[in-house]
Amino acid sequence: MKVAVLKGGRSLERGVSLRSGARVEDALERLGHKVLPIDVGPDLVTRLIAERPDLAFVAMHGVGGEDGTVQELLEILGIPFTGPSAAACARCMDKVQAKDAIEDANLPTPHWFAFNQTAFREFGAADALGRLEETLGFPLVVKPSRGGSSLGVRFARNPAEVPQALVSAFSYDDRVLLERFVDGRELAVSILGDEPLPVVEAILLGGDRYDFEARYEIGRTRFDVPADLTAEEHHAVIDAALGTYRALGCTGFARVDLILGADGPWLLEANAIPGLTDTSLLPQAAEAAGLSFEQLVDRILDLALKPAAA
Amino acid sequence: MAEVPEPTHRRRSHAGTRDLERYAGLFAERTGVMRSSAMRDLMAITARPEVISLAGGLPDTSTFPPQSFAAQMTRIAQESAAKALQYGPTEGFEETKDCILEVMGAEGMLPDPDDIIVTTGGQQAIDLVCKTLIDPGDVVICEAPTYPGAIPTLCSYQADVVQVECDEDGMQVELLEQLLAELRAEGRRPKFIYSVPSFQNPAGVTMSLQRRHRLVELARAQELLVVEDNPYGLLRYGGEPMPPLYQLDGGDFVIYLGTFSKILSPGIRLGWAVAPPPVMEKIVLGKQAADLCTSTLTQYFVREYFAERRWQRYVDDLVEIYRRRRDTMVEALRDNFPAEATWTEPEGGLFIWATLPDYIDTSDLLAKALRADVAFVPGQAAYVDGRGSHSMRLNFSGVNEEEIREGVRRIGKVIAEQVELYGALTGEQPPPEPRQESAPNVLPFRKAGEA
Repeated sequence: MKVAVLKGGRSLERGVSLRSGARVEDALERLGHKVLPIDVGPDLVTRLIAERPDLAFVAMHGVGGEDGTVQELLEILGIPFTGPSAAACARCMDKVQAKDAIEDANLPTPHWFAFNQTAFREFGAADALGRLEETLGFPLVVKPSRGGSSLGVRFARNPAEVPQALVSAFSYDDRVLLERFVDGRELAVSILGDEPLPVVEAILLGGDRYDFEARYEIGRTRFDVPADLTAEEHHAVIDAALGTYRALGCTGFARVDLILGADGPWLLEANAIPGLTDTSLLPQAAEAAGLSFEQLVDRILDLALKPAAA
Repeated sequence: MAEVPEPTHRRRSHAGTRDLERYAGLFAERTGVMRSSAMRDLMAITARPEVISLAGGLPDTSTFPPQSFAAQMTRIAQESAAKALQYGPTEGFEETKDCILEVMGAEGMLPDPDDIIVTTGGQQAIDLVCKTLIDPGDVVICEAPTYPGAIPTLCSYQADVVQVECDEDGMQVELLEQLLAELRAEGRRPKFIYSVPSFQNPAGVTMSLQRRHRLVELARAQELLVVEDNPYGLLRYGGEPMPPLYQLDGGDFVIYLGTFSKILSPGIRLGWAVAPPPVMEKIVLGKQAADLCTSTLTQYFVREYFAERRWQRYVDDLVEIYRRRRDTMVEALRDNFPAEATWTEPEGGLFIWATLPDYIDTSDLLAKALRADVAFVPGQAAYVDGRGSHSMRLNFSGVNEEEIREGVRRIGKVIAEQVELYGALTGEQPPPEPRQESAPNVLPFRKAGEA
């Protein structure tokens, strides 16, 4: 089979995407497929039309590749592709949309408020900050609505730190959210088809949080797979993750990130195209389920070609 | 002849996670402090052709005459092919050292050729000095900010890096004295003090003569080594030449590092170190272990090039180009950066260091700037402790004047957006538009708009 691997692009996570893509290409070759690596740029459509791949493996992260843009093009061109549909990608990418959908499904997600820049620049939204801060409490988390790999995520420990955190978050997107901070264990549930893979727990070794550096550097974060959970906790976590996956309309695969607090799981977000690098969580979870990276890639291809059989 | 089978894979196969853990158990402790970073990932985007990168540190190699390059390489091929393709002495060829003596002589230094080793770029010289002197946990003193490329080297030898603040006159030697006293009280003695005294990377500042004298005195009195890294000394666009520390000290307590990268070509990877004989002996052993010898071929190239006796004229040409680019960048900064921003106005070298209001984080700003197709180095890269997050390094040697103007304009625009937003968030009035200043001001670290 001729498989186009879409990677790179212009997103801030270009570097991560190139690493995911390279690893996928390698696995595809070993599986005996003909690989067409494409660093996504202005010639994407021309190349796809000229090359007519049987399938596109989307190994892109962040804006452009994970937000439904590329998926929409592939839908128009009639090329089957891996991972969730364009609409599901768009929902996952935008944390505000995602949290709306999660809440609509009666699943717990930390309380939040969202703003776009215009609200502050033109409508004096800053005057409302004090009341929000009272509602959310401190510390609170400020995040760009669309963005990945913790880029632009800031913690504000007091009101004085909020404006600066907002300026940082607005560097990545025109819409940001302020979210109640939930203390607890950081868990990731990867879902393949409709099957949850073993839960991964990220435990930061040194440093004060699970930031971009920790996420991509071997040795900065320890990952426990499967996470050490009681049967009850495990059940609650898997239910919450599957509920989120469905609420967002994901198919193929996705990774749901959540915090397990003292009062149960709190859903943070879903990643439509989880990383596939050496240190990424989906491959680790698959491995814990007995799937080698090649088997994982093979299964992802199957799900893309025969979505009904998923 | 038997047919060689086609290789079946283009790349090594990527390790599964289980394998990675197996490797992780084998990693040396020092790899734990070898950092990759978000910035490095963002930098992956700066390679796009539409991005104006003020992030690099690249000299301009476009004006080097190709005919001259071709003629020299041809001469080497015709006259010395066998030798040029052979291993050479670990210390480097005597002829290369003669060229080094010429370059150092141009700044008033006259070392003993036996004290010189030719290295694979200035970066290897830093590495060899670290290899020779640093045990894990040893204190090394650097400037704050310091050359970002020295940090991974120091960290890979597990040095405990302590940074001493710079001002417009370079490293504040008064603060260094205090620090030395504090360290002494703790029973710790720094292995060396690393400094780029002239047109510092990244700050662009130059150490004053008074501080140079004081630093050398301190080194002598306390028997401390100073590592003087001087890649840019000959690239001076204004002001009076300053004697290198090596010249002031005579080479007893100063290890000197030089390079052909900025006065000829970084592609030939030729640098050097000058050190007192006992230290040099160890450096040579370290070099031997690292790569046996520096490229023979490029040493021949330098020999041929210097024989033409044009090298100083080429440096003069570069100085003219870079002076104009520096002036263009300074002017563009005045026109486009907000009133609260400050920046250095270097008398030489390749870099300007700009500092923004403290509510702007330049790593986040870089993300925004990249969407506007422009890049710079966030200041954090020049510190070991997370400081520098409101500053940025801007390079003016690697792109032409038009690109410098446009690049700075784009950065100015994203900063203005941040400033305005912060104003809206805090109720603070956004500052007035950057004012137009005409009076040239050579004082670095001045506030924009201060005459």
